[in-house]
Amino acid sequence: MKKLQLLLMAATVMVANGAVGAETPRAGGVLKFAVSAEPPNYDCHANTSFAFIHPVRPHYNTLIQFDTAKYPAIKGDLAESWNVSKDGLTYTFKLRKGVKFHDGSNLTSQDVKATYERLRDAPGGVRSVRQATYADIAAIETPDPLTVVFKLKKQNASMLTNFASPWDCIYSAAKLKQDPRFPERNIMGTGPFVFVEHVAGSHWTGRKFDGYFEKGKPYLNGFLAIFIGGAPMVTALSAGEVVAEFRGHSPADRDRIMKALGDRAVVQETPWVCSLVVTFNTKKKPFDDARVRRALSLAIDRWSGAQALSKVALVRHVGGILRPGYELAASEKELLTYPGFAKDINASRAEARKLLQEAGQPNLTFTLTNRNVAMPYTPVGVFLIDQWRQIGLNVKHEQLETRLYLAAQQRDNPTFDAALDFNCDFMDEPNLQLQKYLSHDRAAINYAQQTDRVLDGLFDKQSGELDKKKRYAILRDFEKRALEQAYTIPTIWWHRIIVHHKHMKGWYNTPSHYVGQDLANVWLDQ
Amino acid sequence: MSTAAAPTITYKVPKRRHPVLQFMVQQPLGAGGLVVIVVMIVCALFAPWVAPYDPLTVNYSAMLAAPSTEHWLGTDSFGRDVLSRIIYGSRTALAIGFIASFWGSTVGAVIGVVSAYFGGKTDMVIQRIMDVLLSFPIIVLAITVVAVLGKNIVLGVDINLIIAIGLPMVPKVARVVRSSALAIRELPYVDAARAAGYSHARIIFRHIAPNVVAPYLIMITAFVAQAILAEASLSFLGLGVTEPTPSWGLMLSGADAGFYQQAPWMIVFPGVAISLAVFAFNMFGDSLRDWLDPKIKL
Repeated sequence: MKKLQLLLMAATVMVANGAVGAETPRAGGVLKFAVSAEPPNYDCHANTSFAFIHPVRPHYNTLIQFDTAKYPAIKGDLAESWNVSKDGLTYTFKLRKGVKFHDGSNLTSQDVKATYERLRDAPGGVRSVRQATYADIAAIETPDPLTVVFKLKKQNASMLTNFASPWDCIYSAAKLKQDPRFPERNIMGTGPFVFVEHVAGSHWTGRKFDGYFEKGKPYLNGFLAIFIGGAPMVTALSAGEVVAEFRGHSPADRDRIMKALGDRAVVQETPWVCSLVVTFNTKKKPFDDARVRRALSLAIDRWSGAQALSKVALVRHVGGILRPGYELAASEKELLTYPGFAKDINASRAEARKLLQEAGQPNLTFTLTNRNVAMPYTPVGVFLIDQWRQIGLNVKHEQLETRLYLAAQQRDNPTFDAALDFNCDFMDEPNLQLQKYLSHDRAAINYAQQTDRVLDGLFDKQSGELDKKKRYAILRDFEKRALEQAYTIPTIWWHRIIVHHKHMKGWYNTPSHYVGQDLANVWLDQ
Repeated sequence: MSTAAAPTITYKVPKRRHPVLQFMVQQPLGAGGLVVIVVMIVCALFAPWVAPYDPLTVNYSAMLAAPSTEHWLGTDSFGRDVLSRIIYGSRTALAIGFIASFWGSTVGAVIGVVSAYFGGKTDMVIQRIMDVLLSFPIIVLAITVVAVLGKNIVLGVDINLIIAIGLPMVPKVARVVRSSALAIRELPYVDAARAAGYSHARIIFRHIAPNVVAPYLIMITAFVAQAILAEASLSFLGLGVTEPTPSWGLMLSGADAGFYQQAPWMIVFPGVAISLAVFAFNMFGDSLRDWLDPKIKL
């Protein structure tokens, strides 16, 4: 065990010193990596899961992107430069020359405009889960083929970094004009890899795009994403069948892979902008009653749970609606004042029982809808069911395959009782993390279905506030109301552990498993 | 003249043993299987009294504890007692095993009898459908059905899982029962029933079906083992029972799979339980066949 710990330390130190990134990239080879779930469709704008971004992102570009080696710094992608007006209401992007789509057509500002029009105001039949993110855009102008200008209705503290969202794949305006739903079933971008095939239940492949705008990139000849999860994935990684899995491993899996690979492995760890939240279907009784929802939150011993689960799962940190440790997140002292976060769990559970009694639901029975991705959904699901059993509730557990799990929450009139949903983002930013808590008519990713104009108002207020102290105070008001109403409640925040083979270079772990996945800079040294 | 008295012939009527005792003496392996099955049934029925702990109670202070006097078979990654989960898991195994086997065998038997009775084109069409179903390996067909139907929990039991496990049994039973029914169809009493004007349904269910009960019962017993194995396999693949329900197959995978090197007891004991149950049902089924079949007795 000591040997393993030393190995872990050595590998972590090696990454921290940047030793991995200091070598000269070598061209060639096919990167084989594992993805533990499959994308439900091919549309970036409609998706929220790593299962989508890991195989699909290498086919697309965005306007700007995160520099993963210096995260959260941003750098250009399709935009070579940009500027923001002094009043913060105009964002101008200059596009690179000579960028081509995989079908050979040229990228112009019209393509960027069509993409963002689709994102902020999806036409009928098209699903954009990021409508709220771009609601502040008043107009998109294209003065010339290489310039695109975004005019905002009001200031937005996160707008520039929003443009680095890995979900904002730039689509061809011509294809969207033919069929706005074209991206749902087709892959056609400007990214470093051309789509080759997707064999459901098996794999996804891409080959190097010879017409890629960055000369010499991508370094790889192609990639092969193999859909494999759980113990078989760990075995495949340990045996060298795949060189990485980019979502994250549990501590036990990390130790097992490290033991198998020895000095051929590299481990990279970081806190994660990702948490599991419980979403209550507020359109369904008794979850339309705030007392019931609050009672269920009060019953959860997050502090003990985080400590115990961190030994067996990839969750570790107790936090509110923003990631603990982030500058705008609540301090532990503030957190302790919110319902469900007090350390005296017996008092909290007594209050929970009282609330359920008042609501006429002392022996409530319901189903927790969960995802059939083992880590960390299963351990957290089991943990929650145990916590609720301790106040006398009977909770059934259904674990659905990713497509059905998402459909259960996203359909127009959902029938689920409570769902273990994920709130993962590509960066720490209240405008992103708070969307789960906004009214459903403003944020499609809020599956609780509630309408709460107080929360909407506080969201707008903080979003336009550029003074961090004032924004912090508004965020506390938002957080207090969100946790008291408990439409959606945070459970435990994640901790990202990545173990990959040493010969994979140019990839950096960040607090988000969504960014840095275009694979343009990744290379193999053998 | 004297007449000799007729010799008295005395017949010694052999003392008949109780059938269960007779079975146990004649089929010791089957008897062993029966004992294991009875123990399983007792555990399933009286689990709350037999199990030392609540199988769902999470105890984070006892996570991954090795077998000890406190936890005879150790604990899992949630600190749950492995022995208690195995005992409660026998409920899942037996419930799904018996129900799936019963429905699969019953439907198969009815199809087999109907196919044999009508013969001709009806028989040909039914048998080709059975051929198609038989062409799929059991687990592949079950996975397909589970994937297509999803989950449908009624009274705590996943009905679709039971359908998925029972479906591959239908053609097998249909084949066996059809071959028995084909012989019975030609017997004079069936002709007599036809001549008397009885309906097809009456002839099938009153006159033919009772005579194929023996192979039907044997098939049910044999398929319980297959059903238990199928449930364990599907749960292992994440398509069967879900956490935190105690299930032997789920204990081999689920959230615990990552710890099998650190805590091997988490998978060894459920594995032993599955093997023992399957072995017991197979032994019992084989012995029951031998015991009921007069040809084998001769």
